[in-house]
Amino acid sequence: MDKSVLLDWYHTMVLIRRFEERCDHLYKFEGSIKGFLHLYIGQEAVAVGTIAAREEGDHVITAYRDHGHALAVGCHPNHVMAELMGKATGVSGGRGGSMHMADITKTFWGGYGIVGGQTPLGTGFALAEKYKGTDRATLCYMGEGSTNIGYFHESLNMAGVWDLPIIYVIENNKYGMGTEVSKASAEPIMIEKVKAYRIPGERVDGMDVFAVYEATKQALARVRAGEGPQCLEMMTYRYEGHSVGDRTRYRTKEELALWRDEKDPIRTLQLECTERYGIAESEMLAIQEQVMEEVEESVRFANESPYPDPSTLYDYIYPVQEEPLTLD
Amino acid sequence: MGKPISYREAITNALAEEMRRDDRVFIMGEEVADWGGTYAVTKGFLEEFGPRRVRDTPIAEMAIAGAATGAAMAGLRPVAEFMTINFAFVGYDQIVNHAAKVSYMFNGMFKCPVVFRCPGGGGKQLGATHSHTPDIVFAHYPGLKVVCPSTPYDAKGMMKHAIRDDGPVLFIEPVPIYTTPKLKEEVPEEDYIVPFASHVKREGDACTVITYGEGWLTCKQAADELAKEGINIEIVDLRSLQPLELTAAIESFKKTNRAVVVEFGHGHYGVGSEVIAQLQEKAFDYIDSPILRVAQDQVPPPYSGALEKMALPDVPKVIAAVKETL
Repeated sequence: MDKSVLLDWYHTMVLIRRFEERCDHLYKFEGSIKGFLHLYIGQEAVAVGTIAAREEGDHVITAYRDHGHALAVGCHPNHVMAELMGKATGVSGGRGGSMHMADITKTFWGGYGIVGGQTPLGTGFALAEKYKGTDRATLCYMGEGSTNIGYFHESLNMAGVWDLPIIYVIENNKYGMGTEVSKASAEPIMIEKVKAYRIPGERVDGMDVFAVYEATKQALARVRAGEGPQCLEMMTYRYEGHSVGDRTRYRTKEELALWRDEKDPIRTLQLECTERYGIAESEMLAIQEQVMEEVEESVRFANESPYPDPSTLYDYIYPVQEEPLTLD
Repeated sequence: MGKPISYREAITNALAEEMRRDDRVFIMGEEVADWGGTYAVTKGFLEEFGPRRVRDTPIAEMAIAGAATGAAMAGLRPVAEFMTINFAFVGYDQIVNHAAKVSYMFNGMFKCPVVFRCPGGGGKQLGATHSHTPDIVFAHYPGLKVVCPSTPYDAKGMMKHAIRDDGPVLFIEPVPIYTTPKLKEEVPEEDYIVPFASHVKREGDACTVITYGEGWLTCKQAADELAKEGINIEIVDLRSLQPLELTAAIESFKKTNRAVVVEFGHGHYGVGSEVIAQLQEKAFDYIDSPILRVAQDQVPPPYSGALEKMALPDVPKVIAAVKETL
């Protein structure tokens, strides 16, 4: 692995961590972020490792915990932060908010708020690429909690029947809101669940960005070889609550400590960088400092950005028609 | 102009012509390929266009609606068929909470040229769950276009519009008028588009009757009867429920000062409720008598034909309502 790639991953993972911590503070103490706020802290290796493995043009679609994916695909933190503050300079023009970040130039289709609702959409992207005869794949992310809704089963069944080029990335962080996986899923092992649709699955250490990257690379290769849909079950953990305001009474401090203190994906990567690749700690520190500046810059940018112009309230209710509809 | 065709043939022809014109257009739904469509709308399509473009799906309306929406966002022009509009309830979240939202929510970044075909309507003794005219529950949400043609000419031109539209369109096809001989008419063989806009379909001066879809035929028959008595009603066809554009209806009402709204869905919170609200907001000074509604009664559709008929609008009910306004 090239050193510059590792540092790039490290940079993005630290950026997501610090960005999310700053969001939490802005929400709780500064009041500049409203509505729902679902933080990605703890799961950074999943978004960064999977997206690093994709080729340009591969589709990315996810659920409501989407800031990490937005930053990982390369959305500028300024525009992600501006979106959170409902500003016109946000990635979605301030109309989407925390759950609805997207950037079509990066084939990042968003952030969707209805649990499981993104799964058939991603399946549709895969259908479109197969129809067009391209070799583009789709990375469709979801939490393990969303595997109990009908969307999951209908989508995987359809993808299985049609051999669609898609990877269902299940981010198994153990809890759907506050409900532990075994209380909600009769089959708590996701890669067992997908077998019913003859979809091969692999359980991956979602706290290890190398493992995530490698597993995704291989799954993408299988998809592009025409082997049909794949599933990756990323074993991960969110350190914060489901959303701000969740006091996480459904889990123990010891459990959190186990993941945070012993498996933290950023520290794991940092150790790997210094011990195995001989990267100087000063380089990692420099990145940390750079990230702090980027995050503060994003807050400044977002604070100073204008709110959407009132005249735009009715824009884009329907898409702008490209090919004119000639009326006789 | 060729030979007169039915409402259903008009839709079939529009679909086939659009598929020949544009490779991005394809059909997906339950029984659309081998079976040829439950109502035979896509009969022969598999043979002409092949399994890539005519796709039988699992019985999975959530995935049909969602995958069609996703495929549309990614550059195709899917026509997703719900076997009947009653099954579109199962895909409702994808239709109103995804397809209808992606353009606005993502600031115009995404197009979503999907058509949801929904054969619907009652009066066929299919029982309570298969006899809905639930048009209005889809028409409530800005972002989704909800249209329903009333004649073969409109059906063909509006389907072409729907397929070429860059946004999502829910296309309602009342099954009771699919093959009605009285509606058959010649349509142009050359390409044409019918706008999603209301218009006066029959001129008159006694009373404005506002309707759409299968309501047109009922109102036309009522108009023929009334004309024998020297009462000439003006019929406005809405064509589109969302967006709802009432210029033609309001202009007509200002002329006749009387109006009846005829719809086959339930009356409460129905099309008439909205149309009448807007008429009194925009033309209050022109009202000469209460504006009336003829709609499906507030009762789940009964199976028995004797009861079911009672609950639905018909020609005598329209005639009685018109006379009451005079």
